[in-house]
Amino acid sequence: MSAIEPIPPIDHGLLRFLTCGSVDDGKSTLIGRLLYDTKAILADTLNAIARTSKKRGMDAIDLSLLTDGLQAEREQGITIDVAYRYFTTGTRKYIIADAPGHEQYTRNMVTAASTADLAIILIDARKGVLAQTRRHSYLAHLMTIPHLVVAINKMDLVDYAQDVFDRIRDDYLAFASQIGINDVRFIPMSALNGDMVVERGNRLGWYTGPTLVELLENATASHAEHNEQFRFPVQYVCRPQESANPELHDYRGFMGRVESGSIGIGDAVTILPAGRETHVKDIRIIDRSLPRAFAEQSVTLLLDDEIDISRGDMIVKAGEAPTVAKEIDAMLCWLSETPLDPRRKYLVRHTTRDSKALLGRIDFRADINTMEQQSAERLVMNDIAKVGIKLAQPLFVDRYTVNRGTGAFIVIDESTNNTVGAGMIL
Amino acid sequence: MTTVTRHTLTHLDWLESEAIHIMREVAGQCSNPVLLFSGGKDSICMLRIAEKAFRPGRFPFPLMHIDTGHNYKEVIDFRDRRAAELGERLIVRSVEDSMRRGTVVLKSPDESRNKHQSVTLLEAIEEFGFDACIGGARRDEEKARAKERIFSFRDEFGQWDPKNQRPELWDLYNARAFKGENIRVFPISNWTEFDVWQYIEREKLELPSIYYAHTRPVVRKAGGLLPVTEVTPAKPGDTVEHMKVRFRTVGDITCTAPVESDADTIAKIIAETATTTITERGATRLDDQTSEASMEQRKKEGYF
Repeated sequence: MSAIEPIPPIDHGLLRFLTCGSVDDGKSTLIGRLLYDTKAILADTLNAIARTSKKRGMDAIDLSLLTDGLQAEREQGITIDVAYRYFTTGTRKYIIADAPGHEQYTRNMVTAASTADLAIILIDARKGVLAQTRRHSYLAHLMTIPHLVVAINKMDLVDYAQDVFDRIRDDYLAFASQIGINDVRFIPMSALNGDMVVERGNRLGWYTGPTLVELLENATASHAEHNEQFRFPVQYVCRPQESANPELHDYRGFMGRVESGSIGIGDAVTILPAGRETHVKDIRIIDRSLPRAFAEQSVTLLLDDEIDISRGDMIVKAGEAPTVAKEIDAMLCWLSETPLDPRRKYLVRHTTRDSKALLGRIDFRADINTMEQQSAERLVMNDIAKVGIKLAQPLFVDRYTVNRGTGAFIVIDESTNNTVGAGMIL
Repeated sequence: MTTVTRHTLTHLDWLESEAIHIMREVAGQCSNPVLLFSGGKDSICMLRIAEKAFRPGRFPFPLMHIDTGHNYKEVIDFRDRRAAELGERLIVRSVEDSMRRGTVVLKSPDESRNKHQSVTLLEAIEEFGFDACIGGARRDEEKARAKERIFSFRDEFGQWDPKNQRPELWDLYNARAFKGENIRVFPISNWTEFDVWQYIEREKLELPSIYYAHTRPVVRKAGGLLPVTEVTPAKPGDTVEHMKVRFRTVGDITCTAPVESDADTIAKIIAETATTTITERGATRLDDQTSEASMEQRKKEGYF
C-alpha cells in the first residue's frame, strides 16, 4: 500500500444566489461570464452560440446568448420565468436563479429570492441607481436574503473611473439605509471584459476588494451564521409493521428535514401541537446513526416514548417552542392573475401543515418603487401588502426575519389548486 | 462575511437531502404516486435516494418503466434485478402494446419510438390512476428543463405549459391536482451530470455494464457514433468499426449514442466528465438535435 494519504477534497457545500437586473444591465452577460470563466460551458454549446453571434453580425461571442430561453419566450421576445443554472469552482457548487428584471415580474423575483443565500444587484455604471435598483433591493430585503452584493457593471464604458463607482455607492447607501439594508458589498465590474468577475483583470487597480467569485466563495450559506432554534416539521411517519423483521414491529420513525438549528441524541424535545415532551432516542439515515443532525439535513428521528405523531406536527427542542398562532400578520406577495378576494377562503401551506384561511384584512399595499404605503381593497398580481390572516388550524410560526423556514407560507386557491400567494410572517 | 462554518453540508449531502425531502413530500401529499425507473444512471440515483428517504419501510410507490422494446438487454436485465433486490414492485408498460392497440402509429417502421413513450406513459397513468410521477430529469440537461418546476403540473392531456407554471417558493411544494391531472416531480432537478457521477462513486452504486468502456461495433456519422445493433443495423456503404466506447446516457437504442472512451471505472469516468468538452445530450442524444426546441416541444406533449 502506498503511504501517501489522499488529501481530502475541500467542499464548501453549495450556495444559491440570485441575479437581479435587466438585460440592459448586462445580467445575461454576467451569468455567461461566470459560466464561461468557470468552464461550465462545453464546446458544443459554445459553438452553437458562436454561430448565433455570427448570424447576428457580432464579432465576438455574445455570452448573453448562453441564457437564451425557450421558444415560447423568443416568440414573444420576453423572459417569462426563472431559470436555474449551475457551475462549480471545485470547492463550492453554485445554483444561479436568473430572474427576469421587468417590473411586472415581481413574482418571479420573489420566487427566485425565496431560496437564495445571496443576491447580486446589477447597476449600469452609466446610469447609476434607478427605480428598478430600488425595487430589486426592496424585494431582496423583504425576502431576507442574507447577503447583498451590488455589482456596478459596465465600468469599461466609464473608463474604469473610481469616482463614478464611489458616487454610485454613496447614492445606493443613502437609500439602502432608509429601507433598513445594512450589510451590502460593492464591486466595480466589466462582465463584458471579465474584470472582477472570476479574474481581476488589470484595469481596476484602484479596487482592492474581492472579485465576485472570491466573495461568493467566502459567503456563508444561510443557516451557518445564526444561533437558530431547532425546528423539525414531520413530513412522513415510517411504521413498517408488516416487515418480516420482528424488531421493526414497534418502529416509529419521524421523517423530515431539519428546517433550522440542530438536535442531538438524548436532547429533550416537545411535540406540537400535543405539547408532549420526550427525548431523542436515535437519529438515522437508513441504517446509519448520527450523533447530531443539522439544518437542511433529511433524517429520521426516533423518540423515547410512544407518542401519536403525524405529518404536519412539529418537533422542537424543549423550552424553545415557536408561537402557536391562529391569527397571523404577514407581508403577502400576490402571484395570481385572479385578484385576492378578502371574502373567500384559501388554503395556507406552512412547513408540512395546511390550514384553511381567511385573508380578510389588508392593512396597506406597499409601492415597491416609492416604498409608500397605500390603502387597498383587493390585491392584484405582483402586489405586496401587509395583511391579517385568520386560520382554521393553528400553525407553529416564527417571524420570517428570524427563521425563513418557519416564517414562510404559500397560499393555494382550492378552486384551481394554483399557488396564488407567498407570505412572510411578521 | 465570515468564514464557512464547520457543519456546512457538502454539496452532495445538500443535494441528496433536498431530493429526500422532495420524495417525502410526494409521499405525504400524493395518494398514488409512481417512480419512473429505466435502469439508467439518474434513476439508479433516485432509487438510492428513495432508500434513504423511506427505509426501513417500503417505498410508498411502485417503480415503473415505459419500455420502447428498443432497449439494451444489459439495462433491462439490470432493471429487473435491481427492483427484485430492493423487493419493490416493478410495473413495465410497453410502447409495442400501444402500437398493437393502435394508439401509437409509427410514420415508418424504422421511426424512433422514443417520443412515443409519452402516449404509453399517459395510458399507464390512466390505467393505474397515478396522481404523481417521480422522474430523474435534471435542469442542466436542456434549456426547457432549466425553467421547469420541481413539482411540474400537467393537465389531463399530460401537457406542460411553460407560460403557466405554478410559482414554487422556499421548500413549499404544491402537488395538488384534480382527478385526471398529474404532477411530475423531479427530485434531482438541481443536480448536474458531474454531481450524478460523484454520487454514484460516493454511494458505490452499481450500473449496467454499458456505462463502462467496452468494445462495440459502431458507425461514425455526423460527428457522432451510431451503435450497430439488431435494431440499428449498418446501412449499405457504412464502415463498421469496433471501438472502445461507453454510454453517458442510456435510453432507446435508436436515439442514444455512445462516446469513444477508455474509462472502465467510475473514477476514470469522473475524470473524463470533468474534462469533457461536449454536453451530455449534445454528445449522445440524437433526439434533441432534430430541432433547437425539440425537448420543449416534447414536454408540451406529455414527455417526461
